[in-house]
Amino acid sequence: MQTFDLEALGLRKLNSTLHEQIEDTNQTAWEVINPKGSHAIAVGLDSPIEVTIKGSTGYYCGGMNQKATIKVVGSAGPGTAENMMSGKVIIEGDASQYAGATGHGGLLVIKGNASSRCGISMKGINIVVHGNIGHMSAFMAQSGNLVVCGDAGDALGDSCYEARLFVRGSVKSLGADCEEKEMRPEHIQILKELLAEAESDAKPEEFKRYGSARNLYNFDVDNAAAY
Amino acid sequence: MSSHDENGIPHTTPRQSATFTSDVNSDIRRAAATGIYDIRGGGAKRKVPNFDDLLFMGASISRYPLEGYREKCETSVTIGGLHASNPIELDIPITIAGMSFGALSGPAKEALGRGASAAGTSTTTGDGGMTPEERGHSSKLVYQYLPSRYGMNPDDLRKADAIEIVVGQGAKPGGGGMLLGQKISDRVAEMRNLPKGIDQRSACRHPDWTGPDDLEIKILELREITGWRVPIYVKVAGARPYYDVTLAVKAGADAVVLDGMQGGTAATQDVFIEHVGQPTLAIIRPAVQALQDLGMHRKVQLILSGGIRSGADVAKAMALGADAVAIGSAALIALGDNDPKWETEYNKLGTTAGAYDDWHEGKDPAGITTQDPELMKRFDPIEGGRRLRNYLKVMTLEAQTIARACGKNHMHNLEPEDLVALTMEAAAMARVPLSGTDWWPGKPGTGY
Repeated sequence: MQTFDLEALGLRKLNSTLHEQIEDTNQTAWEVINPKGSHAIAVGLDSPIEVTIKGSTGYYCGGMNQKATIKVVGSAGPGTAENMMSGKVIIEGDASQYAGATGHGGLLVIKGNASSRCGISMKGINIVVHGNIGHMSAFMAQSGNLVVCGDAGDALGDSCYEARLFVRGSVKSLGADCEEKEMRPEHIQILKELLAEAESDAKPEEFKRYGSARNLYNFDVDNAAAY
Repeated sequence: MSSHDENGIPHTTPRQSATFTSDVNSDIRRAAATGIYDIRGGGAKRKVPNFDDLLFMGASISRYPLEGYREKCETSVTIGGLHASNPIELDIPITIAGMSFGALSGPAKEALGRGASAAGTSTTTGDGGMTPEERGHSSKLVYQYLPSRYGMNPDDLRKADAIEIVVGQGAKPGGGGMLLGQKISDRVAEMRNLPKGIDQRSACRHPDWTGPDDLEIKILELREITGWRVPIYVKVAGARPYYDVTLAVKAGADAVVLDGMQGGTAATQDVFIEHVGQPTLAIIRPAVQALQDLGMHRKVQLILSGGIRSGADVAKAMALGADAVAIGSAALIALGDNDPKWETEYNKLGTTAGAYDDWHEGKDPAGITTQDPELMKRFDPIEGGRRLRNYLKVMTLEAQTIARACGKNHMHNLEPEDLVALTMEAAAMARVPLSGTDWWPGKPGTGY
């Protein structure tokens, strides 16, 4: 285990050191101490290393991650794991707004609650939130799976495309062109695998699925009120 | 038409309304027939004060000219030296603006790369990601970071020579984009991670930041991902140039791209293009003022775009304080867009060469703004690249000609004092004297 004191050595040194780790590095386990809410911690990683951040982080922790596993032992600021391509980001506490925004792949696990716009414009990422999510989550979500073990706020899935949204608790309201969908066996299977990987004991059968009604996919003047 | 009625009383001459013109009436009829606003490509077509309203005075007894073809007039420009370890070095101060693969065909993007590289300048990606064609043929490629993040990934980010965070576009300040379903081929759909054939909306603001304080952190993140190697530009529309430039610089931009309302778009509402934003001529001086007030003029580069057509426009933009310009619509025309040789086909589409702007429909007879394989075959990227190179060279020679005539051995030495305006409006916007006077509206100390 390599220990990196962020307060003593600085952000540039941290990210450049992590970027230097190549595919077959021997230094696969890293611990970052004294993050103190710093922004852009462990961004742009591109190797299968494990980074544990002992404390809370600021904006964009784990941004554009590829291959790495990043764990925040604390809460995460806005845009955590934004545009993630692969790998895994785990937040032990809560996550602020835009968690997993535009992510293309990988798994984001939030063990607490996530704020508004969780999974906004997601493009293939899987997100599992153990708690609740805020309003406008999965706005314009394109693909991937958003799993919410608690409740969802207002306007869930507004203007979403082909992303699958699973919510166990209540949904305060659905956004434009988002509707409840049939839960089929393949969806139960997806949930089963994601919940297991996210270390959640929720049962797949307890969830409802939401997704695009596909009424706004091509402009129609009769839907003008929804635009 | 008879001139008198049946009682011998003369008719009044039929009079068309200046309010309900034939253009307006056709817009109303089209709206009534379709129920949808008019969507089109390009920039503002209305007449606005522009660079044609300015003139250079040239040299005289007080200033002597440089000898054309003999005495050097430098055109190089360095962009992004403030924070980036690898700033962009351009041979000419004319860059190619961002245009997406999707809006343009793959061969058209290749041609832009070929032409720009041959002329020693950069080209820019667009909404839809980076294609191998343009990366492979662009010696200097600026990678746009857009609200939609279509195709955005860290590997391409690290292949870029610069990153341009797009906040706004001159044709539609405050607006997103729309690529209609007919242009969503399999390849475009795959790059954007969306189903084929659906209308693809591009968001009007970024999904993970709002406001200048967030932008500063976003720039930090992008610098950390790319190791502080490449410049980061911020592109803003000509909305509130003084404040937008101030905030972009405060957020840490290496360069600001400022786009006036004549700047083109692939597709948006006509009402947006014609009624939102400010003319390019009006936005440059407030932007330069912002840089000067911050002590950052020439340290943070200003790249002006929106209706730049000729070397004269380049020289005028630079005289008013820009470090470089960007061209989009003009580059497409150089490639062959709206060429009269396709007139018969333009007529079939209900338009004429020079006026064709339904780029979003994907039926471009010139094979440039389309994803139709048959139409794309009409466009030769090698020939297109050669034409663009020629055009860029001509623009540069024209700008040098003017600069030499003003006694400047570098384009950056052009200054507002070299210019006069032909109209009151242009004088007020450019803050240069009305021709024949030493005055412009709003000149400090004049009481007007």
